[in-house]
Amino acid sequence: MAEIVLPTKALTVNPLKTSQPIGASLAFLGLARAMPLEHGARGCTSFNKLFFMRHFNDPIALQTTAMDQVTTIIGADDNVVEALATICTKDQPEVIGLITTGLSEMQGADVPRTVAAFRAAHPEFDDVAVVPVSATDTLGCLETGFALAMEAMIETLVPTTHDNVTRARQVNVLVPAMLTPGDVEALRDWITAFGLHPVILPDLADSLDGHLIDEGFSTLTYGGALRADIETMHQSQATLVIGRSLDRAADLLRDRTGIADFRFAGLMGLEACDAFSSALCDITGIAMPPTILRKRSQLMDAMVDCQFQLGGARLAIAADADLLASLTRFFHGMGADIVAAVASARAGHLADLPVESVVVGDLEDLEWLARDNAAELIVANSHGAEAARRLGSSHLRVGFPIYDSYGDHTKAWIGYGGSRRALFETANLLANHYQEIRPYRSRYWQGTKREKETSPC
Amino acid sequence: MKPDELQALMNEPACAHNAKAKSGCAKPKPGATQGGCCFDGARNALLPIADAAHIVHGPIGCAGSSWDNRGTRSSGADTFRIGMTTDLTDMDVIMGRGEKRLFQAIRQAVETYAPPAIFVYNTCVPALQGDDIGAVALAASDRFGVPVIPVDCAGFYGNKNLGNRIAGDVVYKHVIGTAEPAPAPFPAIDVNLIGEWNVGGEFWNVAPLFDELGLRVLCSFSGDSRFDEIRTMHRARVSMVVCSKAMLHVARKLEDDHRIPWFEGSFYGMRDTSQAFRDFAKAIGDMDLFARTEAMIAREEARIEAALKPLRQRLTGKRALVFTGGYKSWSVVSALQDLGMVVVATGTEKSTEEDKARIRALMGDDALMISDNDQKALIKTFHDTGAHLMVAGDRYIYPTLKSRLPFLDIDHVRRIGYAGYDGVIELARNVDRAVHSPVWAQVN
Repeated sequence: MAEIVLPTKALTVNPLKTSQPIGASLAFLGLARAMPLEHGARGCTSFNKLFFMRHFNDPIALQTTAMDQVTTIIGADDNVVEALATICTKDQPEVIGLITTGLSEMQGADVPRTVAAFRAAHPEFDDVAVVPVSATDTLGCLETGFALAMEAMIETLVPTTHDNVTRARQVNVLVPAMLTPGDVEALRDWITAFGLHPVILPDLADSLDGHLIDEGFSTLTYGGALRADIETMHQSQATLVIGRSLDRAADLLRDRTGIADFRFAGLMGLEACDAFSSALCDITGIAMPPTILRKRSQLMDAMVDCQFQLGGARLAIAADADLLASLTRFFHGMGADIVAAVASARAGHLADLPVESVVVGDLEDLEWLARDNAAELIVANSHGAEAARRLGSSHLRVGFPIYDSYGDHTKAWIGYGGSRRALFETANLLANHYQEIRPYRSRYWQGTKREKETSPC
Repeated sequence: MKPDELQALMNEPACAHNAKAKSGCAKPKPGATQGGCCFDGARNALLPIADAAHIVHGPIGCAGSSWDNRGTRSSGADTFRIGMTTDLTDMDVIMGRGEKRLFQAIRQAVETYAPPAIFVYNTCVPALQGDDIGAVALAASDRFGVPVIPVDCAGFYGNKNLGNRIAGDVVYKHVIGTAEPAPAPFPAIDVNLIGEWNVGGEFWNVAPLFDELGLRVLCSFSGDSRFDEIRTMHRARVSMVVCSKAMLHVARKLEDDHRIPWFEGSFYGMRDTSQAFRDFAKAIGDMDLFARTEAMIAREEARIEAALKPLRQRLTGKRALVFTGGYKSWSVVSALQDLGMVVVATGTEKSTEEDKARIRALMGDDALMISDNDQKALIKTFHDTGAHLMVAGDRYIYPTLKSRLPFLDIDHVRRIGYAGYDGVIELARNVDRAVHSPVWAQVN
């Protein structure tokens, strides 16, 4: 049991946390032909767009209702209607995610009423789904905003019916913010290896994996979960839920559809992977396919090879709660010593982690804890590079944003294969950081040839 | 900020075309808006003051996804790279605790990082709440003995350009004229730069030439500057406005109040760099400086011409589409023309009438100017004009690359410096690499 230490500082220094609206927008970027629309001043969207562009090296579909001084004071409902109509006309999306921000929440925007006004004024756009999400940035973090958007998608797009299962090979997969496009791709392969057809919500592997399309540039998403597929989720055989942040979204889906679900806190490390494989075996009634067994044995080999390096290694980790929990369990399972665990926002399940305490804080907290405990490896987003440089530690890039390394978003960290690669990468960073014993130079070498030698290291 | 104060900032008598509405200040269209807000612009303008602490007063949305994301570089002090925010929560907002939190946040910044000054940026939520950041700044300044500068720049006030203006206004009101410069260790003529951000350290391409000519950059507002330097700007002999629009009022007020003459210029391209140094000499009116300047220019231009020779052959006649804002809409045009390239069109989204007049002077009266920032339309224009290279800010990188077209990034978050004589070579090299990359043939 870990003690959760809540922040007492008035000033957040080197923020780890990013906002709920940015997380909600990310979730919509995993839907096909979608446009997230942030209801706020234009700056929120400008920052968020650049944030994702630098992370994914891709154009980002994101728009704003562009509240200005007048509409902030007298009401910005017209902005919302105008923005929805403009996007429908210009971009012809299938789905618009309408996401509030701190400004519109504080102003008291009544989004459902505004959507009704849009529907009344523009019946010609009736076939465009509008998914409203209330996501103030005075609460939560990227991960919770992402989860709120998932709830809203289920609420708006998945039919409420306790149909009998009519698609026996179909499973729903609810994917959290912590999974990279590379992870989602690995997840799809894992599930299809069991002969199942996954409906992945949202599907960042199809939209933000980085691929060129024949049409060149699109103002909408480049792929993602199809709305038509999402609308069949009530007919699936089972639901797989990754990440505790999606508990509420999973509850909602189960309540609406009556479909049984299997929930997993994370998919890193042998134990977590086995739990997931075992669920797939239960759903399909078949044994582990040979390809998966092969990967499993490869992971075990890597665990054996890397335990020298990871055993006792002092790690300082900072991330949103799901990712922090997943990484902490993974490295703890390899014998590493998690000397600092910092979460961007509070989540109840953090108390279950195998560490003494989890600090809800920022990267300054991480840096101080890492320094006090002589951490060898900083596990954090790209901003952690500065702390690592000051401390002389290595740095493993995880989470958001990663802006100083090509292709990190395409890496898979989950599953047997992803866990194996994460082990190798971590072990290499630790090995490069390892300080061997410094050579000793005897005083009796004075006047001999040896005195003039210089140390090779 | 009150509407009349905002209006006053938009009125710039020093701009020759003040009577006409500025195209960049049109009302944003909901659902089809690109570009940053007032807070974005204000912080960009002040963040390069490297030894100051910069506190963003607002919920995490404002600083969380945007801290330490600028290309501006410091030669030493790096307090500016530390992201600081009051990270307002629901409880702060509901209970009205924002002002108290800000006061304590300033205390914490002073105690932990001991900065010579603190800039506090107001954002949408506390502005709507009615937090009086001016009063908090005054109280904190008294209590902690450190200048605390309130920057009232909530995002909903307007666009980035307005934020730039607010930044200049705040600095003029609160900082400039509050200290005297230290005497120079060698004989020197003191000059100001206004609107130079040292992106990717590019001013360091030019700085040695200032030293060589005996010009001391008393203050660069604000690339690689220090708070104490900003305080002394009123003692310069001449100011150069490197950005032609948003910071004009700082130069104008320095002229009005302290009789410091100023001129506008750019360090992009050989012609403009040389012109900037000639303008310094002219404004200062020192015959010896004239001679030294001409000698330096002759030497540098000869050096660059020689280095450019092989590149120029590869670039002459190549067609570039420049899409950028404000002063870059003409300064970059000039720089590319220096390389023998043809600029087929330039963006004028954030340009003033004066910027446009400069464009016409460079590209002719028929110059194609694009004020619409629609990314799809831009790609279409690229094809229509038979361009070989898109030159734009980072917002356009990926739409262009996805369309499998060569791109040159000139945004403020880039790491490559293009200013000064050496910047010309760097620019030429990067243009050459972009245009002639073997990748285009393979992916098209």
